[in-house]
Amino acid sequence: MKDKIFKYLLFLAACLVLFLSAGMVYALISQSLSAFSHFGVTDFVTTADWDPREGEEKYGALSFIVGTLSTSLLALLFCIPFSFPVALFNGEYFKGKKIATVVSSIVDLLAGIPSIVFGLWGFYTLRPFIISLGLSEQGFGVLTASVVLAIMIIPYASSLSTEFISMVPNKLKEGAYSLGDTQLNVIANVSLPVAGSGIFASYILALGRALGETMAVTMLIGNTNDIPTKLTDTGNTMASIIANQFGEADGLKLSSLIAIGLLLFIITALINSFAKLVMQRILK
Amino acid sequence: MKLFSTIKFRLGVDKAFFGIICFFSFLTMIPLFVILWELFRKGYKQINLNFFTEVAPTSMDAMLARMGHESIPGGILNGLTGSLLIVAVAILIAIPIGIMVGIYLADNQKSKFSGIIRYLTDLIQGTPSIVIGIIAYAWCVKPLHSYSAFAGSVALAIMMLPLVIRSTEETLKMLPGTLKESGLALGASYTSVVLQILLPSAFGGLFTGILLAISRIMGETAPLMLTALGASIVNWDIMKPTSSIPLLIWEFYNDPNLVDLIWSSSLLLLLIILTLNLTAKSIASRWKIH
Amino acid sequence: MENTLNNTSGKYLLELQDVCVSYAAGKNAVNKVSAGMESNTITAIMGPSGCGKSTLLRAINRMHELYPNIQTTGKILLKGEDVLKMNPMKVRRMAGMVFQQPNPFPTMSIYDNVIAGYKLNGIRLKRSEKDEIVETSLQNVGLWDEVKDTMTKKGSFLSGGQQQRLCIARALALKPELLLMDEPTSALDPISTNRIEELLLELKKQFTIVIVTHNMSQAARISDYSMFMYLGDLVEYDTTKQMFTKPKDKRTEDYLTGVFG
Repeated sequence: MKDKIFKYLLFLAACLVLFLSAGMVYALISQSLSAFSHFGVTDFVTTADWDPREGEEKYGALSFIVGTLSTSLLALLFCIPFSFPVALFNGEYFKGKKIATVVSSIVDLLAGIPSIVFGLWGFYTLRPFIISLGLSEQGFGVLTASVVLAIMIIPYASSLSTEFISMVPNKLKEGAYSLGDTQLNVIANVSLPVAGSGIFASYILALGRALGETMAVTMLIGNTNDIPTKLTDTGNTMASIIANQFGEADGLKLSSLIAIGLLLFIITALINSFAKLVMQRILK
Repeated sequence: MKLFSTIKFRLGVDKAFFGIICFFSFLTMIPLFVILWELFRKGYKQINLNFFTEVAPTSMDAMLARMGHESIPGGILNGLTGSLLIVAVAILIAIPIGIMVGIYLADNQKSKFSGIIRYLTDLIQGTPSIVIGIIAYAWCVKPLHSYSAFAGSVALAIMMLPLVIRSTEETLKMLPGTLKESGLALGASYTSVVLQILLPSAFGGLFTGILLAISRIMGETAPLMLTALGASIVNWDIMKPTSSIPLLIWEFYNDPNLVDLIWSSSLLLLLIILTLNLTAKSIASRWKIH
Repeated sequence: MENTLNNTSGKYLLELQDVCVSYAAGKNAVNKVSAGMESNTITAIMGPSGCGKSTLLRAINRMHELYPNIQTTGKILLKGEDVLKMNPMKVRRMAGMVFQQPNPFPTMSIYDNVIAGYKLNGIRLKRSEKDEIVETSLQNVGLWDEVKDTMTKKGSFLSGGQQQRLCIARALALKPELLLMDEPTSALDPISTNRIEELLLELKKQFTIVIVTHNMSQAARISDYSMFMYLGDLVEYDTTKQMFTKPKDKRTEDYLTGVFG
């Protein structure tokens, strides 16, 4: 009897996750309905207007979608030269050695630094540097945001790909070594092809992280509502426009911001599901 | 002769590649120390007793102090207590539910329903924190017509939940299956086997997971901007707007008169988070030996 | 054997009547097994992997029900009462079980491990009663002298053989009618194995033991009766002496001479 109640409670808790997810989706959809019905879903996604003047209100998400995608993809690009060597260092060259533990825990600690602290560092250290390079006058923009974003996602990309690289069975590598291959050749011809799709999935997950980062990007991207066309242009991402304008918004504008939140939710959910799918394939 | 020189060349390339890998791995470790150093250098002077016992100064007080070339008065007490309140309530919500779901998943590993729950857990974990802020806003702030610490706790609890679920499930799965069997073979009920044998045996792993989850939500700013909002006084009423350390940092950053306070508050926040993190990791490594 | 006189069929402490167990419909993992075990004997169940010997053993204290979709028919009478109709928790208290891997509860001290059965069942005992149970149980398995000064240490600090004896003590502490052992020495070194075998011969004086084993010579050394199972069927059940010298079935003979398995 006691067992039945206990098991029932556990099951109920599991169901709660189901209700929670449904409730999350419901909250986002119900609050963004008025924006979508006012502007139409396609129009909302494909126009770049953001005009809050009373009577002429017109909101579209395009510039923020572009802002989010460009900063995240750039960040992904910038993080590869750092996260990939770390993964090889920990998963291949020094696999299982003490130094690998040290390096991986130091890199992992980066993930513990709050977004807002990264933002401060970007604002007070990186931005003056960008200005001194003469890249832009204020130092804000897509480039600055992506560089900080890249540092933030390094630990996510490197720790998972380390795992996939170290999962490559030694048997396979020994075959190549016995033929007199150098370590570089073994990495290029054995380890990477075997671990390839796992590494790919790690970077997709890291991209998912970058898409939703809010504070650091809000503090560095410059907060303008136009579509950025070059690296040093200012802009806004989906997350940063919400963070910036949510507090003072109401009515149609609030609904439009929540609609952007819904779009961001959908994009990250798709990206993460895709990465999970790739990983499940590997682990089978 | 030709063979010999190619071998030499190949070994050279191999070494160079190894050097590049080491160099970039080393570079990757630098930002952590640069950031820590910068916070320490600019922030340590502000950290004194007042910093912990007084609430954040108003913009006006700070401006007067600046004009008189005095140090800015006040501290971050309202942020400290607010963080404590919001995080504590989030823990109270997320941990019992998370552990129960984790036990359920570990026990029904292959069922289709578990697969769905696991997928949804990952989905929640991948949801951007600002979106979770919107959801807590829609659930709590809007219907109650008030920003509140509780709404902030709900947002943080949603962020914690997947981490607690996953670490509970993973830890329980690592326990030998015979542990459960031998408990049941003694005639014990399923409930007492879970509560008296499995959970205590998994304690180390669970505790690590929970500490890491707390350190993750401790520094969250965006969801709290939409829910807890902030307050200039110490507030213990969960239904009222409340500040937190990250919210104060955001306030200071946006106020030219208070901007000098960002470093000390960030330093403190980062030290709390890194301590939680390192404690969790040392427990994890000690626990694995057994 | 007086204590078993109130049995329905009189003679046996444990009696299996047409026991069938199936994991999936239409396929029996254990097929119509009937046998009786007398008090104070050791019965060895042998057979190649997958022959159903572990399933049969686990059916006796209903541990097999932990697997989903299990179907059990027939009767398993323990002291004349059908196990399959009893509360499983009561059955498990009457029939103690020892597993392949020694597995003391890692968070409990040696002392708490021995009385774990009482603790988990919520049975409250006086300190003196607990002390007595712990001492007799540990003495029964010959562990008392080795651990009496380290009772508060965790059970996982003991050697493998000691851990297994602790697990036997844990099962004995509940004063069971029957001790079920699932290859209890297969994870142990030869010296520890030897020690456990001697222990079983000693324990036979107080308890009835059913042991599943891979090891034919072990069965020959310690058991009074032997069962040979193959593909779910009970091929042969006889005194150990009879079976090892003059097996009646060709399959038993093949197994014992190492033609298969």
